[in-house]
Amino acid sequence: MALDVRLINRLASRLIRLALVLLCVAIVTFGLVMLSPIDPVDAYLGPQMAQVSPEQRALIAERWGFDASPAVQFGHWLNQLLSGELGWSHIYNQPVSEVISQRFQRSFILLSSAWLMSLLVGFALGVIAGAKEGSLLDRLISGYAYVTASTPAFWLGMLAVLLFSVYLGWAPTCCAGPVGILNQDVSMLTRLHHLVLPMMTLALLGIATITLHTRARMIALMNSDIALHAFAQGASRSDIAWRHGLRHASLPALTLAFASLGELFGGSILIEQVFAYPGLGQATVEAGLRSDVPLLLGIALFTALFVSVGNLIADSLYPLIDPRMAQEQP
Amino acid sequence: MSMIQPRIAAAGYISLLLIMLVVLLSSSWWAGHNASQMQFDARLMPPSTSHWLGTDALGRELWSRTLAGLRLSFWVGLSAALLGTLIALTLATLATLSTTLDALVSLLIDTLLSVPHLILLLLLAFALGGGTQAVIIAVALTHWPSLARILRAELFSLRHAPYVAISQALGKSRRFILVHHLLPHLIPQCIVGALLLFPHAILHEAALTFLGVGLDPTQPAIGVLLADAMRYLTGGFWWLGVFPGLGLLLMVLSIDRLAVQLRRAL
Repeated sequence: MALDVRLINRLASRLIRLALVLLCVAIVTFGLVMLSPIDPVDAYLGPQMAQVSPEQRALIAERWGFDASPAVQFGHWLNQLLSGELGWSHIYNQPVSEVISQRFQRSFILLSSAWLMSLLVGFALGVIAGAKEGSLLDRLISGYAYVTASTPAFWLGMLAVLLFSVYLGWAPTCCAGPVGILNQDVSMLTRLHHLVLPMMTLALLGIATITLHTRARMIALMNSDIALHAFAQGASRSDIAWRHGLRHASLPALTLAFASLGELFGGSILIEQVFAYPGLGQATVEAGLRSDVPLLLGIALFTALFVSVGNLIADSLYPLIDPRMAQEQP
Repeated sequence: MSMIQPRIAAAGYISLLLIMLVVLLSSSWWAGHNASQMQFDARLMPPSTSHWLGTDALGRELWSRTLAGLRLSFWVGLSAALLGTLIALTLATLATLSTTLDALVSLLIDTLLSVPHLILLLLLAFALGGGTQAVIIAVALTHWPSLARILRAELFSLRHAPYVAISQALGKSRRFILVHHLLPHLIPQCIVGALLLFPHAILHEAALTFLGVGLDPTQPAIGVLLADAMRYLTGGFWWLGVFPGLGLLLMVLSIDRLAVQLRRAL
């Protein structure tokens, strides 16, 4: 019973913290946009800028509220935000919330499959490498992890296009479906065919972190009393690796995977750009390049929520790994 | 043995990096071609003995462009890493002054860490209007939080060290303790921290430039070279994409290994 109360308290304080952080994200992002030297009326008008008279500009500024002070504009925006209105995206001519939900649906397939793959493959490689520290296999795997950790994500995507699409012709070079075919007419198989290459590239980058972390855990396990005891009972290294290591290192790997959702999303922005995959990442770049402020702010808030929830899950997994952490923090 | 080995390795990496640096920074004298010199009779030439890494669509030598790009990456990355370290150190020190400041700094760290780096960078590039200076500031502003967290923890644990307590008992001021006892202790942490930020800063600068919101597209930055290469990728002009990226990878990898070895040695 006492435990329940403590658990609820912890959860409540986490949620309050989450709300506070999101409010700060809103303030910081809005402040940055206000700093921008780009005139919002110009950004809205685009190429038609020259055909508009100063009187009309003033009207537009009044209509969109650009003439008010930053504090008033922020209050207005926050007010709308709390009632679920994110504003209007002028480059897609759609409400921001619709753009985000449509785009995220496509990105979600990419993100979740890459996430799952990097978790599973990264974990398996980490266990194999850590079970025999210093072996040839270990050196190969850690070498691979070090190199991919230093590789620019978009360059890896370019190499993948070059090798698999241009030279081998195994996968399409771009987009989420064939050009010129309506989205709803694209079959599941074609969709998967277009997904494979971006997904593999994105996963390849995430694998390194999980592998190195799991490897370090496995090495610690192999030098522990648990391993010594098991060795004394006649267990082999791979027995220990798979029987104890699986339990010892799987939860930390899962935690790390949840905690690195931000990196995954950052990677997907670049990968989507290289493969012209029409997801949320591509929309982010478009919004940045063409000064679509409401969309940019909406995406920043949405991803902050996404990353924070990932961190929240990671935080609540820690006490499961190490019960001492649950007792330390009341 | 275990204490000396990392130091030898670190020394090895440092000399490797120094050689690379000398080659890189002196390359503007001996590389032969100017990075922006066009040769219209030698456009899109594959690598050969006269064009070591091939040429681009305007007949510019990819070899000299890649070296120029790496030089640019190096300076932008270094400036951003140093600026980021300075911000981290300042804010970590501020956090030790009062509990309110500490709460504010922690909140700022949590806020910045909850937005993906690249999105924050896009916003900052938008706010600062692009260009080399804006990129350096943007990368520095996004990369300090993780280091600040480490430095803050270090400062808090040092505050209760016996020699600090003795200094306090002897009537030394907080400023004296900070300058003479706490900050010297953080110098190695800061060097390693800056070195660890360095490769990240280089990669994020290249990514921003690749997306078109970073360094000016008339500069031979690696991001610009790779964005150019994207347009010729399906034509099979592989050298345009492969070499600049490979150069960047080698530079980032060697700095990262050096930082890790140095952290182990200290």
